[in-house]
Amino acid sequence: MSTQKVIKNLKSFSTAAERFEGSHLLCPGCAHSIIVREVLNATNDNLVVSASTGCLEVCTAIYPHTSWDCSWIHIGFENSSTAMAGVETMNKALRNKGRISADTPQPKFVTFGGDGSTYDIGFQWISGCFERGHDFMYVCLDNEVYANTGGQRSSSTPIGSSTTTSPAGSHSYGEKRQKKDIVSIMAAHGSPYVAQVAPNKWKDMVKKIQRGFDTEGPVFINAMSACTTEWKFAPNQTIEVSDLAVDSLVFPLYEIIEGRELNITYRPKNIVPVRDYLGAQPRFKHLFTPQYDYIIDEWQTRIDERWAFLQKREEIRI
Amino acid sequence: MNKRVLELKDVEVWDGNMSNSNAFRQADVDVVAAYPITPSTATIENYATFHANGYVDGEVIMVESEHAAMSACIGAGAAGGRVGTATSSQGLALMIETLYQASGMRIPVVLCLVNRALASPLNVNGDHSDLYLTRDSGWISIDAFNSQEAYDMTLMAFKISEHKDIRLPVISNQDGFITSHTAQNVRPLKDEVASKFVGEYVQVNALLNFDKPVTHGVQTEQDWHFEHKAKQHAALMGSKKIIQDVFAEFKELSGREYKVVEQYKMDDAEVAIVCLGSTFETAMLAVDQIRKEEGIKVGIVAPRLFRPFPLEEAAAALQNVKAVACMDRSAPGGTVGALYNEISGALINTPARPLVTNLIYGLGGRDMTIVALKDIFRTLDKDAKAGKISGNIQTLVGVRGPALSYYNVEGK
Repeated sequence: MSTQKVIKNLKSFSTAAERFEGSHLLCPGCAHSIIVREVLNATNDNLVVSASTGCLEVCTAIYPHTSWDCSWIHIGFENSSTAMAGVETMNKALRNKGRISADTPQPKFVTFGGDGSTYDIGFQWISGCFERGHDFMYVCLDNEVYANTGGQRSSSTPIGSSTTTSPAGSHSYGEKRQKKDIVSIMAAHGSPYVAQVAPNKWKDMVKKIQRGFDTEGPVFINAMSACTTEWKFAPNQTIEVSDLAVDSLVFPLYEIIEGRELNITYRPKNIVPVRDYLGAQPRFKHLFTPQYDYIIDEWQTRIDERWAFLQKREEIRI
Repeated sequence: MNKRVLELKDVEVWDGNMSNSNAFRQADVDVVAAYPITPSTATIENYATFHANGYVDGEVIMVESEHAAMSACIGAGAAGGRVGTATSSQGLALMIETLYQASGMRIPVVLCLVNRALASPLNVNGDHSDLYLTRDSGWISIDAFNSQEAYDMTLMAFKISEHKDIRLPVISNQDGFITSHTAQNVRPLKDEVASKFVGEYVQVNALLNFDKPVTHGVQTEQDWHFEHKAKQHAALMGSKKIIQDVFAEFKELSGREYKVVEQYKMDDAEVAIVCLGSTFETAMLAVDQIRKEEGIKVGIVAPRLFRPFPLEEAAAALQNVKAVACMDRSAPGGTVGALYNEISGALINTPARPLVTNLIYGLGGRDMTIVALKDIFRTLDKDAKAGKISGNIQTLVGVRGPALSYYNVEGK
């Protein structure tokens, strides 16, 4: 295991040597770039990065330009995890055969996919990689929508969200299904380390990313990525909206070790109502009507129950 | 880790799958990622057995689908090492997206495609539906007609794929069951000779070379996409000469001679069939018999190389015949078969303008027999003598029910 990078403060962290360059085409206010920088800046080790087709990929690797000053690969929408499985396996093979010498430091393998490629179209590939135990870290950039293609629903889209394929209208409050619980599903794979992170809580996030890098085997990180374009808040509100997400416990920050041990890693001092989080995002504005207000109340109840469940699970250590 | 040595006899009894497996073993493949599917499963099973017993020292990953198999091959290839896999039919259909990605990303990969029909109806037997599905995928596609050739082609595929002026993935085709499951005498190269022939893998833009970080799999739109695809096509078109060189080098080692278009008794042939796969072998027997018994001067032309298509060589082979039947072992889906298209296109700008017909045959593993081939030869002979096609251009042969034929020469 390589020596863990020491990160003293936000200033040194945010001004670290960049392997993800500032020049890219992501929207102003997009949380993807914040997350990617927090992941890449958490280590000094050599990196191979793979990405699924999606916002991150189309905004950072448009020929003849690249935003990546590290080894990087994109194949398709659904297979970034398996692309990395191939890279990781080749690393193993070349080391076994002595074509990479044993004293060459081990690189880190990181895969980024949006919720579309993680929760939906690429799920089988991820599940396969986790079952086989490849030594890599999968980071889901979870913005709860197919943002790259203009805002269609995914199975991460929460109930009540208006998207282009689950639009709110006179006869609909938008998305009808609740968000898929990907963290539990990945923990159920027996992954050695699964965590949910938010880029605004950078200390918590970097701790988890570094733990992920130091863990042998497949690590899953679900990173909340507030989307200015599809959540429809102003580009300068990304961190504020992200704060509301974690402080309302809509995005609780926790980790699950070896599929069993659950630790809550952030407890808001003042829990804010779900209503406040939803109110900051026009994708939910139609819920603030007498007709659909009950959706917000039901959501609050679910969040309360979920928080109680997480605390109970943490307490009983199973 | 020291590899164990597998003692080979001068003549081994291998089926087509075992030929593939041994070519993989001798090529010292670094990563095999695969998903089993009939009839190519044994290629991977045999290789996994070599791995389990220490005869190979690469990595084997058994992934959860064929799409994942090719995805892992692309990742592993981009990482900087030799990769291979095998599939058939539905597996090929499932991985088709990644075939285009592999060739577009210029990743050397060897895919042993054991040809099998495509559902529906579900069918496990051999036809060329999957081979044809790869037509425009940008892969080099080579065809083996028997187990010996399966070994030879798969071994050569690595050398071709990784050549510095090619850097394109290669499919090594063989017929499902007829070749893949028929044990025949195979004369392999000695391990050290084969290994030297294939050569050491030379990394190009490897992801695991951290001194020179590279970006693989970029996006291009109307500003650059055409140039990328044009360059890819140029590499594919240029590969024919290199493939011929590899064939020549292989002949020096093995004594076995391969050409991009194979011919049988074409020197004095007046009529000919064009076919792929094991039908070539059956047809050789039929040709010998009918020449002896009925004096019909028939020959066979078979593209060894399906992609890049050897248009000039195919045309040259057919300059002296009066009638040609292009035999397509795949449901044509509302048009003429692929070989008919290729051969007609090859001939249209040449002095020779033989009658060209299209026979759809052998779907889902239906046998093409010597008896049926002799009937085909007789019709060709009759048409050649009459100077016109007696029926329609396209006929389905060997199918039960009412006769089915299409496309009248006179537009009737």
